[in-house]
Amino acid sequence: MNPTYTSVTDHDGKSIWKFLLSELKPKGKIFTPFNIISVPIIILGLVLIVIRFWKGIGAITNLTQEVPWGLWIGFDVVTGVAFAGGAYVVTFMVYILNMKKYHSIVRVTVLNGFLAYVFYAGALLLDLGRPWNVINPIIGNNFGVNSVLFLVAWHFLLYMVAQLIEFSPAIAEWLGARRIHKILSGMTIAAVIFGITLSTLHQSGLGALYLMAKEKIHPLWYSEFIPIMFFVSSVFAGLSMVIFEGSITHKVFSSQISDKDHRAGNKIIPGLSKICAGTMFAYFFLQLLVFIHEKHWDLLNTPMGYWYLLEMFGFVLLPMILFYYSYRRNNILMIRVAAILTMLGVILNRLNVTVIGFRWDAAIHYVPSWMEVVVTLTVIFTEIWIFRWVINRMPVLRDSPSWASSDNR
Amino acid sequence: MTINRRGFLKVLGVTGAALAVGRDLKAAPNSNTEIDFRGVLYDSARCKGCHGCEYDCADANGLPPPDPAKDLPLVRQTSETKRTVVNQYNTSKGKVFIKMQCMHCSQPACVAACLTQAMHKTKAGPVIWRSDKCMGCRYCMISCPFDIPKFEYHSPNPKIQKCDMCYERLKTGEMPACAANCPNEALLYGTRRQLISEARKRIVENPKLYVDYLYGEDEAGGTCWLYLSPVNFKELGMKTNLQKASYPALTKGFLYSVPTIFVLFPALLSGIYQATKNNTKNEEDKS
Repeated sequence: MNPTYTSVTDHDGKSIWKFLLSELKPKGKIFTPFNIISVPIIILGLVLIVIRFWKGIGAITNLTQEVPWGLWIGFDVVTGVAFAGGAYVVTFMVYILNMKKYHSIVRVTVLNGFLAYVFYAGALLLDLGRPWNVINPIIGNNFGVNSVLFLVAWHFLLYMVAQLIEFSPAIAEWLGARRIHKILSGMTIAAVIFGITLSTLHQSGLGALYLMAKEKIHPLWYSEFIPIMFFVSSVFAGLSMVIFEGSITHKVFSSQISDKDHRAGNKIIPGLSKICAGTMFAYFFLQLLVFIHEKHWDLLNTPMGYWYLLEMFGFVLLPMILFYYSYRRNNILMIRVAAILTMLGVILNRLNVTVIGFRWDAAIHYVPSWMEVVVTLTVIFTEIWIFRWVINRMPVLRDSPSWASSDNR
Repeated sequence: MTINRRGFLKVLGVTGAALAVGRDLKAAPNSNTEIDFRGVLYDSARCKGCHGCEYDCADANGLPPPDPAKDLPLVRQTSETKRTVVNQYNTSKGKVFIKMQCMHCSQPACVAACLTQAMHKTKAGPVIWRSDKCMGCRYCMISCPFDIPKFEYHSPNPKIQKCDMCYERLKTGEMPACAANCPNEALLYGTRRQLISEARKRIVENPKLYVDYLYGEDEAGGTCWLYLSPVNFKELGMKTNLQKASYPALTKGFLYSVPTIFVLFPALLSGIYQATKNNTKNEEDKS
């Protein structure tokens, strides 16, 4: 157990403000490669954000009247949320299916998911032309209940609350608040059930957003099954993210992880790999069925057709085989390669629906400006900063204090 | 645990009921096809391409005056400063003009898409945009099959620009500015039913002049603007690949599945949770 942590538990709410102030100070080295790269980009991104609110969205983006949703929606929101899907899958396995083996990765996955939602919903605010009206669909004077976006917005909001509840015992342990910890731990199962339901609906809902753009999306990517495709792919997108993120955090925060969890980690990854292979097989089969049903054979021998085949074979079928093969061989390195390939495939798929295949026939093609990319990086880097801040302070990777173990399942 | 579950179920029940009821109420009066909206019949055989309607439109809506002479050779698009444009096409029957603006669908995709009800289908027929509600998400632009709503990308307080059929003028009993001032009577304002029978009459009386098709009668589930043309609409750059059913119908299946999932999933998940709660043995072979 970490020595600074044990001293924290003694506070028990007394000089809490002093404690919080001391926790705000940075821990660890300041001049790390990550800091040196991320700080200038974040500062530049903040400048660009000021320009965006001062001169309008067009000042820093290349969005057109035909393609009104670009990188910020297609990548930050649609792809980011797919990667955050790991949280609902892992909580389902641990709390609902009672697969205790995966318990050690629950907290870090939920934290990752929660931060992803907070930051990607935040990125959404940058993309809103009139963000001061964002409260309209929330406070109830203007409920557009027929809108898929209304549903997605509400589910984002509620799911963030559910994830915060799921994560809150870690915050209580950090603050040493024992009684609150007991109450919050008791709410976990309800939050998990609620969270999984919400996730199912809004992961598919992100796909359903594009259902009305029937003629605007390239026919190889448009079908009435987009919502189901998005849902199924969010399972392996999320788990690949868990594998990828786990391989980094296990290296960077190695000192925080107990030997027991280190050993468990090597058993967890093959398990996740098997689940990825299974869901990817289902996904590939679904895509195949939809393709045959839609009869787009003639489109295959076009540039967009090759692009489609690359996505399906190079970034779905290949990583699926890799996942299965390396699960059998227990080859952790190969699993990580498969996870990265899968993540690239999910990025490709989401961008193909939302940006690349969207008005593929338009006279002026949308290509994101460098400023859009910088703002996207700013969002991602800031999220990693907060993630690191939390990991260094709260018992996310390290074990909970002994007093908390009776509340935790 | 029991308290929590009870509390949770209570919340769930209320939410579920609210969702289910909300959707039902909204679905009930959705028989827009039965209301006789007002609209405009545009007869491209009568249009002489004077662009007068573009000036009238800019005038009526406080937009900068158009300069069609400058970019005439190009096929122009409506934009954040032009709610309507008249384009010229060299067709199989010579020069033909075509006016573009919002079609004012009977069941508009933009209205179904809008999560703040900023896009609104009025009882009279026009689809209007309300600045006090809009949050600028541009989902209307994604959804509109005609690519009509336009966004002011270069403003810190951006508006959505699109034809609103001069809704303010209609309220005072006037006609839309373009229809009121057309010197060639190419624009006829009236109720949709009147316009359809008038269009049919013109086709029957002059079968050589018109193609036997009324654009807008079925497109996207029917629109309030209707088009007559001497040539195939494809030659005039009109979207001829649109579905005949309404666009909001495309999301209906998904939206209807929401209450079902909202009720069944928690029940199912609680069931699995109860069933596996005391399982400690099988965690090894679950890998």
